[in-house]
Amino acid sequence: MQFPVRQRRLIANPKTELYVHFLQFYGQPPLENISLSEFETFAVDRLKLLKTVENSGVSQVKGSEPYQKKLDKEFSNLNFPNKPDIKEEDKDGPNEYEKRRKDHISHFILRLAYCQTEDLRRWFIQQEVDLFRHRFNRLTSVQKSSFLKHNNLHYETVGLVEKTALTDKLVQSSYAGSGSKVDTQDYYKVPFQDALDLVRNRKAYLKAGYVYIPQQDIVITVLNDFRTQLSKALALTARSLPTVLSDERLQPLLSHLSHAYVGQDYSIQKNMGKISLEQIDPLSGKSFPLCMRGLHQALRENHHLRHGGRMQYGLFLKGIGLTLEQALQFWRSEFTKGKVDMDKFDKQYAYSIRHNFGKEGKRTDYTPYSCLKVILSNAPSQGDHHGCPFRHSDAELLKQKLQSYKVSPSGIAQILDLVKGMHYQLACQKYFELTHNIEDSGFSLNHPNQYFLESQRVLGGGGKEAKAEPPQRAPDVAAKPPLDPPALAEMAEDLDAYFQDG
Amino acid sequence: MTSADYEPASLPDLLPLYYRRLFPFSQYYRWLNYGGVQKNYFQHREFSFTLKDDIYVRYQSFNTQNELEKEMQKMNPYKIDIGAVYSHRPNQHNTVKSGTFQALEKELVFDIDMTDYDDVRSCCSAADICPKCWTLMTIAIRILDRALREDFGFRHLLWVYSGRRGVHCWVCDEAARKLSVAARSAIAEYLSLVKGGDETVRKVVLSDPIHPSIRDALKVVERYFPQYALHDQAVLGLKESVDKVLALVPEDILYGGTDSREPLLYSSEKNPEKRWGLLRGCATTKQGTLKKGQHFEKEIMLQYCYPRLDVNVSKGVNHLLKSPFSVHPKTGRISVPIDLRQLDKFDPFDVPTISLICAELDRPRVGEEEEQVPKEKDSDIDAAERRRIRDYKRTSLAKYVKVLDQFLDGVALSNRGELLKKSGGFETKMKPCFYNY
Repeated sequence: MQFPVRQRRLIANPKTELYVHFLQFYGQPPLENISLSEFETFAVDRLKLLKTVENSGVSQVKGSEPYQKKLDKEFSNLNFPNKPDIKEEDKDGPNEYEKRRKDHISHFILRLAYCQTEDLRRWFIQQEVDLFRHRFNRLTSVQKSSFLKHNNLHYETVGLVEKTALTDKLVQSSYAGSGSKVDTQDYYKVPFQDALDLVRNRKAYLKAGYVYIPQQDIVITVLNDFRTQLSKALALTARSLPTVLSDERLQPLLSHLSHAYVGQDYSIQKNMGKISLEQIDPLSGKSFPLCMRGLHQALRENHHLRHGGRMQYGLFLKGIGLTLEQALQFWRSEFTKGKVDMDKFDKQYAYSIRHNFGKEGKRTDYTPYSCLKVILSNAPSQGDHHGCPFRHSDAELLKQKLQSYKVSPSGIAQILDLVKGMHYQLACQKYFELTHNIEDSGFSLNHPNQYFLESQRVLGGGGKEAKAEPPQRAPDVAAKPPLDPPALAEMAEDLDAYFQDG
Repeated sequence: MTSADYEPASLPDLLPLYYRRLFPFSQYYRWLNYGGVQKNYFQHREFSFTLKDDIYVRYQSFNTQNELEKEMQKMNPYKIDIGAVYSHRPNQHNTVKSGTFQALEKELVFDIDMTDYDDVRSCCSAADICPKCWTLMTIAIRILDRALREDFGFRHLLWVYSGRRGVHCWVCDEAARKLSVAARSAIAEYLSLVKGGDETVRKVVLSDPIHPSIRDALKVVERYFPQYALHDQAVLGLKESVDKVLALVPEDILYGGTDSREPLLYSSEKNPEKRWGLLRGCATTKQGTLKKGQHFEKEIMLQYCYPRLDVNVSKGVNHLLKSPFSVHPKTGRISVPIDLRQLDKFDPFDVPTISLICAELDRPRVGEEEEQVPKEKDSDIDAAERRRIRDYKRTSLAKYVKVLDQFLDGVALSNRGELLKKSGGFETKMKPCFYNY
């Protein structure tokens, strides 16, 4: 048997022991010394990788073939490990080892950059989790067990007697595609808090607080553990961050890395006050995305919007330049046409409008909702008008709506196709192109306020010329003084350029 | 006039009496103190009062039951809300460094409001309710209560009538109180089936096979559907409501079989059960021919009857919810616990108003002497407390306080177990609790 030999080799070679699998749980931080330039390259490459993960997740269905292809390509471009089944002898080759080392170190560098605020942490965790899922799914079932064992993740399996007793329920809980292979596969039993994704979507059998998970779905629980561990680690990292940031070589780089991720959040008040209330009606027809147009229409018709609608629409209006005074006037004049009198408005609604502008409560200046937020969080229910019309409307109603907005039948068909494939943002972008009579909008839509700005640019700047201009740079990034080491500044420029196209 | 007639204008006169002589402070404190298992659990709890003219006072907190009583009797709040247990005393939240004052725990709560059913009830709309649509709340309670107990393993569920048009549920198990925001939202979504706003016609889409939890819910709905939907709401009566139902039927079935474009239900058949039977028949035939995926008759029943939760109330740890035994300022009704063993008999119009119970206090005392005898030698109950017990027992509030008492006895058993564990009474296996992002 080879086994004892290998064991000895493992001890002899700590490098191999460090990276047994191409996938890591990132339990131990790297301990070696690395050069500053390597630090930078690693960090930037991983950020690019995460950005690709984010973009692919928006434009493709997660786990679908195009999604996987796109990620695989990026993995090999950036030299990150992506192949689980390398022959034993290759594994020690410098190349694979280098890749795994890069994976390890770069992850920990970004932890430093992304632990500072809740928003950053959430973004980072989300992308890392998606990344982890992508790679975990490439492991074979044996490799998965070995990986779980190596990382001390143990889950309780369901005994045969219990499984037989529950067979019916387990079959009924299996969702389409997974088939009814209940008797042939193992089931795990975990507290429901550890598999919230399965609970949320009713994708597993639940009894007395335990979720029964077929072996093939164990990834959900592993991801949950990964997420929990990462989230705790980030909280700890945040505490020790001041020490790291006192290093003046790292501080500018780290802060730049963390600024680069979302691009613009459209809270920048540069166009504050450039819009008058009379303009809103015409603008809503020309330059508002469908979601906002719908909210505006609903507000004008009912003289009321429920909380979700007020938030989504109110923050959007703030983003396009309404001042607090205008916003108060706008909402008050509309609401008082309906059932709300002046007094009630001032008591019940004015507060939350001031709140949105950071004038009440904890005084946060709230940012307008991005497409992701509109699509994923707080789905509309009875009496609500907010949400994404491409995501939250029935196809038939969406069709009618588009018809009434004079979108051509072929255009409607294209949009509905995209909606069917769950590409809601692409559907919205198609709507943009159709209503603005342009072939290719040349930007990737991820924010209702972006839609508005782009629309204004097309309508105002006369199409072509406007598009030829370089995209506007987010002021907070540009305003930063050039960093001391010239290489760093250059790197930052690259990064900006990268995220502008992204 | 009967004393049950409530006038909102009389509220300021009645509240002092209510808080002085009727509000069940001792049970209330017993509940929120949870047997003192965790230190400062009551002291770090947020209360919020709504005073006259909608003046809202948040972050109230109290050291003792006595302090709570004194403050409530002084302020006479129109409405009381209960919030989370915080890391610090809520009334000192301004004195701690910002960011460190955080909501740690709260009961898992659910809020079901009749206004969310407006598209499927024909009897009333908005804030109005009637005995016909109240069945919706009964169905909701039955379905959620089963799921929370059997699927999630919770045991201490307090169901409360909100005083106007809905019900609340307080899940008081220790595990429930410690749930993270992510877990709360996952549970709420697990329990939500009716999705989409005015822009969605077909709000329930079942997957195949149907999940066991939904199957159990369907059993409940099927029990109530004929009487409630077919008769009380007459969903297959007038053409308008028939059209609404038919909008949920797949087109190939709607016109199926016949060549005519005349939908099948406009036929001469007028009896609602037979009409429904006709639809069901179509569904069964369809399921026989096509292998799967056709559950439209079940989807219709669920769309009309499945509980509609306000998920945002359940998700947040720091979300406030109206307290039991608070008065509803518009109806004057007391927000009372519901006895699930008598759920089908619960009638919201039977729930006492503040004017009724205050009037009952003024009635001549009957059989007072006998009541005084039992077990009140306990010296730790002071005279005022004793008088209050005597007082509410003379009113129609008594049976609802009893429901709370029984509920608290159940909680106390669990608390005692917890205390034993803490003192090392027996081996414990603590489940760690993570706060996820």
